[in-house]
Formats: sequence, structure tokens, C-alpha cells
Amino acid sequence: MIRFEDVGVRFDDRREPVLRGVDLRVDEGEMVLVVGSTGSGKSTLLRCVNGLVPHFSGGTLSGRITVDGRDTRTHRPRDLADIVGVVGQDPAAAFVTDTVEEELAYGMESLGVTGDVMRRRVEETLDLLGLADVRQRTLRTLSGGQQQRVAIGGVLAAHPRILVLDEPTSALDPVAAEEVLAALTRLVHDLGLTVLLAEHRLERVVQYADRVVVVQNGRVRADLPAAAMATSPVSPPVVDLGRLAGWSPLPLSVRDARRAAGPIRLQLAGRTPVRVVKPVPTSVQHTALLSAQALVVNRGRRAVLRGIDLEVNPGEIVALMGRNGSGKSTLLAAACGQLPARLGSVRTGGLDPASLKPRQLVRHVGLVPQDPGLLLYGETVGGECRAADTDMHAAPGTTRAILAHLAPDVEDDTHPRDLSEGQRLALALAVVLAGKPPLVLLDEPTRGLDYGAKTRLVASLRLLAAEQHGVLVATHDVELVAELADRVVVIADGEVVTDGPTDAVLAGSPAFAPQVAKVMHPQPWLTVADVAAALVQPPPLAV
Amino acid sequence: MTLAIHDYRLPRLLHPVAWWAWAIGLAMAANRTTNPLLLALIAVVAAYVVAARRELGAASPFGAFLRLGLLAITLRVVFQVLLGGGTPGRTVLFTLPEIPLPSGSSGVRLGGPVTLEGVLAAAYEGARLAAVLACIGAANTLASPRRLLRYVPATLYEVGTALVVALTYAPQLVDDARRVRVARRLRGHGGRGIRELARLAVPVLDSALERSLNLAASMESRGYGRSVHRDARSRRQATALTLAGLSGVIAGVYGLLDGSPAPLLGLPLLIVGSVAATASLAVGARRDPRSRYRPDPWATPEWLVLGCGAAAGVLVLIAAQRGVPGMVVQTSPAQWPILPWLPALGVLLALVPAWLSPLPPLRAIGPLGGLQGGLQDVGATS
Repeated sequence: MIRFEDVGVRFDDRREPVLRGVDLRVDEGEMVLVVGSTGSGKSTLLRCVNGLVPHFSGGTLSGRITVDGRDTRTHRPRDLADIVGVVGQDPAAAFVTDTVEEELAYGMESLGVTGDVMRRRVEETLDLLGLADVRQRTLRTLSGGQQQRVAIGGVLAAHPRILVLDEPTSALDPVAAEEVLAALTRLVHDLGLTVLLAEHRLERVVQYADRVVVVQNGRVRADLPAAAMATSPVSPPVVDLGRLAGWSPLPLSVRDARRAAGPIRLQLAGRTPVRVVKPVPTSVQHTALLSAQALVVNRGRRAVLRGIDLEVNPGEIVALMGRNGSGKSTLLAAACGQLPARLGSVRTGGLDPASLKPRQLVRHVGLVPQDPGLLLYGETVGGECRAADTDMHAAPGTTRAILAHLAPDVEDDTHPRDLSEGQRLALALAVVLAGKPPLVLLDEPTRGLDYGAKTRLVASLRLLAAEQHGVLVATHDVELVAELADRVVVIADGEVVTDGPTDAVLAGSPAFAPQVAKVMHPQPWLTVADVAAALVQPPPLAV
Repeated sequence: MTLAIHDYRLPRLLHPVAWWAWAIGLAMAANRTTNPLLLALIAVVAAYVVAARRELGAASPFGAFLRLGLLAITLRVVFQVLLGGGTPGRTVLFTLPEIPLPSGSSGVRLGGPVTLEGVLAAAYEGARLAAVLACIGAANTLASPRRLLRYVPATLYEVGTALVVALTYAPQLVDDARRVRVARRLRGHGGRGIRELARLAVPVLDSALERSLNLAASMESRGYGRSVHRDARSRRQATALTLAGLSGVIAGVYGLLDGSPAPLLGLPLLIVGSVAATASLAVGARRDPRSRYRPDPWATPEWLVLGCGAAAGVLVLIAAQRGVPGMVVQTSPAQWPILPWLPALGVLLALVPAWLSPLPPLRAIGPLGGLQGGLQDVGATS
């Protein structure tokens, strides 16, 4: 169906080719997972399939790519639109029309599908993806999961035989992501679609794949999932656990791992994770870095937060979880004074953030927004760092020093737009930290981050906490929460549902449990690191 | 369904071209008279039809257009009072202190006597503009321009798409600007002032550019502009025909509205233009491989609405041509306006669609259903 023959891609402004010597064959009906670290060339590989590279992106393509017999050198993306459908990371960026029905029909209109066929297919697609209730809604008013399903539906309705998806679930909460992936696997099985899928959070998809393509340093290797995972530079926790325990074949799903995990559970029976329990300061003069009391915040006329009580203390890392649209971002916005409290109160370091002047605000609280680019205005990294020093009234060089610590390999003359997701996040975090705010807020920081960048982020946030900063992270990523947080607060519909220590909260619910917890249930292990630490410890003395 | 669409009792959205044609007819009528009674009648007719056939929950720019019209009247009167203008008049209302201007600026003066005749003439002129604005506002409210743009001729598809993208894009740009300004606070700045504006323009435009590239990539990979395998010459011909036709239509409409060129030059131009445009549409549509999802049907109610608007325009036009008394109210000496019966009857014809056109679907469900629909919309923004 898809054939890459000795394909290389080179962009004029890069010294190294992005892809080289790629030989790959994807057969009809296969579901192929593309993995690799950020910037490894995954997206380029995917965009080659329908000819966006090089017809749209520029650059030089060598070798030959044929899709269903059509050569992408002579066929532009629009000429391949009837066989290949492409869904990107950010569905909202790809919407052409503004209501659900029109968006589903757009591709078919371009292909010249006749009216009554089009009408029927739109109805079928609405049912297939569960969108019938929102058919007349404006796209901008949909939730993230719904938007992503509309984007997939818009492509599917045109009946392509190949579906290319670039991180389709990166913006979604665990439940919405499940929903999208479930719809996808059903399509693969029902319609025999050929699917090429790139995804950072492998734990969600690796068990569905027929084959895995590993992209590393511009080279590509295709293998069966278990074999590919054994040597892959990125791997989900369940595979890490399998590697640690030396299981063969490597488990790819929680189910496989659980069946192999009998002996290790027996070995660890009776032990508990070595978790450092932070003493909550109890001195009289102690004030919480963030304290919200019966906080009600409106967006427009709608109350998004409906009476939130929350505290973040010095040295504490708190994870804020909840489905898309539950009010996480609103809580962060209120905590840094972007939205005023309608009822109740929010205090950062004892002061109302909404009444602080911007210059004072940065001394109390810093927020890294979901799109870190919002904080960056400079033309170069160096210029950005100098501007941040002035903005935050820090000594010259402060921001640069923090950045060097967070992301050592960033060069001064790079444009912030050209950084990888992880590096851009590091830069935004460095800018915020230059003001030495006691309270640091992060909104969805792991979007688009690979496992390596995530590990570095965890390390730097841990360090912050050790220096008595308070950290509040809004995230969907349960694996991150398991490794990072001391406490988890779950909110739903603007109210706090749960507030408790990480292990208790995560182990308690299947939707939020990390993979290791599911494998080791009922024992209280959350991360591979926990298990590894326990394995090297001497067994507890029998009494 | 095929028969049902001819019955005005089936609730549906009327073809946008029908409403726009109706509004143009009414605007044509408004433009041919300065009789305040007739102009008021036109505005009331437009308002009544809007009130009766506006879709619930849809944007309603009618009020904004009415305010714009009032502003037009006010401005004209104020300028007349301040600058005097050229209208001779004997009935002096009051006298403003006159500021002497250097000789040579003949015809222009500041201040001086303000006459009833001058003020009335200015008010009537303003009212004419206001009535035309009311008609355009009514068209905008009854059928949004975005729906109208779907009917841009196939040969001008690119232009239409550009307009649609721009319409989608503008609100997003405002969103972006707001987000960037809010984020600016996080770097210790207020986000106000000229220097801040300059700094913020870069990230806003940056993300705008990135967004348009994304959109273009998405359109391209979904087959936009695909397989229009026409040779360059026939494409040029079709485009030339369309452009000539459209210019003809525009010039004709202008001629009809303006009234100053040679008598009824507008009408032949309009007819020739329409024929050329229709021909190019037919040619272009035959060559265009794209299809359209759920096109609005064109049936009896559409003809009725179009006919009512056209009748209003034509009757007023004929009256103006024949010099029916009362079409132009004498201001010098000032007279009490009378309502000429023939044009008034014509304008009242345009009121018929308030009853004999299909109800929009949400309005048809009734106020309760409509209210629920509205609430759903509010909930949707979460």
C-alpha cells in the first residue's frame, strides 16, 4: 500500500538530513505505530506519505515513495486526498469550516462526491464517532475530545484507504483519549483501513499495533512490537518493567504484564514503596503559598469553579487532574490573577493575585501556560533570556544560567520557534523561574514531550520543591503524576472530588491508575523506579 | 421533500440569495425617494420582516445597522448646521456666530444662519441613507453573509474561500491577541501602551501565520483545488465572463440605486450583466468537479420573497420615473410630506414575506424550544 524506497529528506536550513535511507513497506490493513524521540523525524516521515513533504514543506526528497501505486513526486497532496487522510496534533488548527456537519462534508465536497452519497456518509460518520448530538454545533465550542473526533471524522467521511495520524491524543484526558483510540481500532478492524500512527504516550497504543517503526537519528527500523520495544529509545512503563524483570517476550499491555508478574509480586509482598513523606510545616507563622477558599470563578456568565478549597505548601508538588473542561486551567488562571474570584478568595503568599501589579505578581507566582510560546517574544534564545532578566528584575545572566541547567544543549542564537517542544518548555520555565516566584504553576507541561524530556522536567521540578518552592501542575498524564507529585487533587465540574496523597488517589481508580499500579495491584507500587528500588533492598526481616 | 419545499409552511432556512435580492429591491426603493414617510415605511417593513423571520440564536446585526443609520442622519444635520451648505432658505431657525474664512473659499462658511429648509433637506438625505442601511442590516440578519458566500460562482471559488477563511479568521486573531496580552502579565508587564503593543504584535502575527500555514496544509491534504483539469485558456475565458458579468450586475445595481446617470441605463446594464454572469456560472459549474453538501433548495417561497422585493423596487422606480408627486418632498419652501399611494403600496408588498415565507427551524419549535436551544449553546462554550 505504502512503499518507501531509499528515501531521504533534507531541508536547506539544516546540516543533517532529517531522514536518510528509509526503506519501508506498509501493507493493506496494517496498523503501524511510529515511535521516536522529539525531533527524530517522525512527523516528517508521516507527512511524506501524502506528499506534504516536499510539496508543501519545501526541502529535497530523494528516493521514491509510492502510495497505492502513485508516486508522490508527481502527485501533489490534493491528488492523493482520495487515498490518504491526515489528522494532525491540533485538530482546531486544521478546521476549514465552522460547524460539525460542514467540516465532515468538506473533504467530500472537494472530491466531488455526489450530494446524496455525501448526505448518507455524513450521517454514518456522525454515528460511527458518536457525534450526532453535536452535529449543528460550532467547532470552537466543542471539547478537545469532540474536536479530535470531528477531525478524524472529516478525514474518514471521504473514505480514504490510508489514515495517517500524528499524535491524535496528545491534548486529551485519559478517558477522551481512550474514546478516540477505541474508535480508531474499531475502524481498523471493521473497515480494514491502513493506519500510520505516531504517539508519544506509547502506553496508550502500543498494544494495538501490528508493527512498530522506530525512527532514530533519521534512520528507520520496522519490527514486530515486542522486538522493537526491546531496543527502542522510548518505551512505556509496562515495557520498562518487563525489561527490569527480564521478561521474555516483553509485555506490551497491562494484561500481558499482569500474567507475567506473579513471581515479582510474590517477591515484593509485604514491602512498601520507599516514599519520602514531606513534613508539613506546622509552625505558627507558616502561610500556604497558595490558598483557595470556597473559590468561585466565572468565565463569562458561567461559573467554572464552584467553591474550590485548595492549599499548596512550600516544598510540595501538587498535581491537578480532571477531564478536559473541568476547570483546571481556570484554577491556574485564578491563582495567578488572570481571572478574579467572584466569590470566596484566592491568596498567593497571603495576597490577592488579581490586585497585584504585574511587577509584583512575578515575585509571588509564575505560570507556564499550556502553550509555552505565549511567554516568548524574542528573536533568539539569548535575547529572550536577557529580556527576561530585565522583566523579572534579576541579575544579568540569571535566566541563561537556569536554562543551561534545565536544557544544556540549547544554543543562544536559535529562534525560540525552532526549539523542540521540550526545549521551549524549558525556556519558558527558565523565564518564569528568573523571578524566583515561591509558587510555580504549570499547565499541561508534558504535551508533546518524549520520555527523556519528561524525566528532565521531573528532575528539575523535584529540585525546585527541594528549595521550598511550591509546584502546582495541571495534567492528564498519570505516569507523570506517579513520578512527580506528592499530592493529587482531582476536580470535576469545578468542584474538588478528591484531595489526597498520590499513591492513595492513583491506586484507587482504574482511569487514573498508572500502568505499574495496574500490573502490581493490589500492591501499592506506582512507578518502575519504585519497583527497582525495592528489588535491590534486602527483604524485610521476619518477625 | 421535493414537493414539501414549495410549501411555505415547512420550516426551513430560506435560500440566502432570496433574502439578499429582497433586501436589494427594498434598498433600491429607499434610494429613489427622499420622502420621510416612505423611508420610515421602508425601515418599518424591514424591521417587521426581521422580527418575524429571524432565526433564533443567530447573530443579529440589524440593531447595529439601525444605529449606524441614526448616526448618518445626525451627522448630516450637524454638518448642515455648522457648514451651512448650499441650500437656499428663507425660514431662519437661529443664527450661529459666523467665523470669517479667507476669501476664495467661496461656497464654504462656518456658522451663520441656520434655515429650516437646509436642515430638512439634510435630514431627508440622511434618512435615505439610513433606510438603505436598514435594508442591508435586514439582509445580514435574515441570511448571514457566510451562507451567502457559499453561492459565490464556482469560477470565483478561490475568492470565496479566501473570504470565508478571513471571516473565520478575524475572531481567532482577536482571541490570540487577548491570550498573548493576558500572558504578558506573567512577565511583569501590563500589556498596555504603544511599546507593549509593538512587542505583542510579533507573537500574535507569528501565531496567525502559523495558523494559516496549518490551515493551508489541511485544505491541501483534503483535496482543495483538486483535479480542475481545465486548460488555461478556457479558465481565463470563464473568469473573464464571470468578472464582466459581475461588473455588469454591480454597475447596473449602482445605476438603479443612484439614479443620476442617463434614464434607466441601470436596468439594461443589470440585465446584460445578469445574463453574462448566469452564462459564466453555467459554464463554470459544468467544469467544476466539486459538489456541495446540502445545498439550499430554490423553490416557490424563494421566488415569492424575491418577487416581493423586486416588486417594491420596481414600483418605486416607476413612480420616480413618472414623477409621481410626493416622491421628492419639496424643502424650499418647506412642505408637509404626503404619502404617495402607488409607491407605498409597492413597499407594503415587501412585507408579504413576513407571513408567506417558511419559518426558520429553531423559531418554528417555539419560544420554549428556542430557549432550550439557546441554553445548549451557552453550555457548549465550556
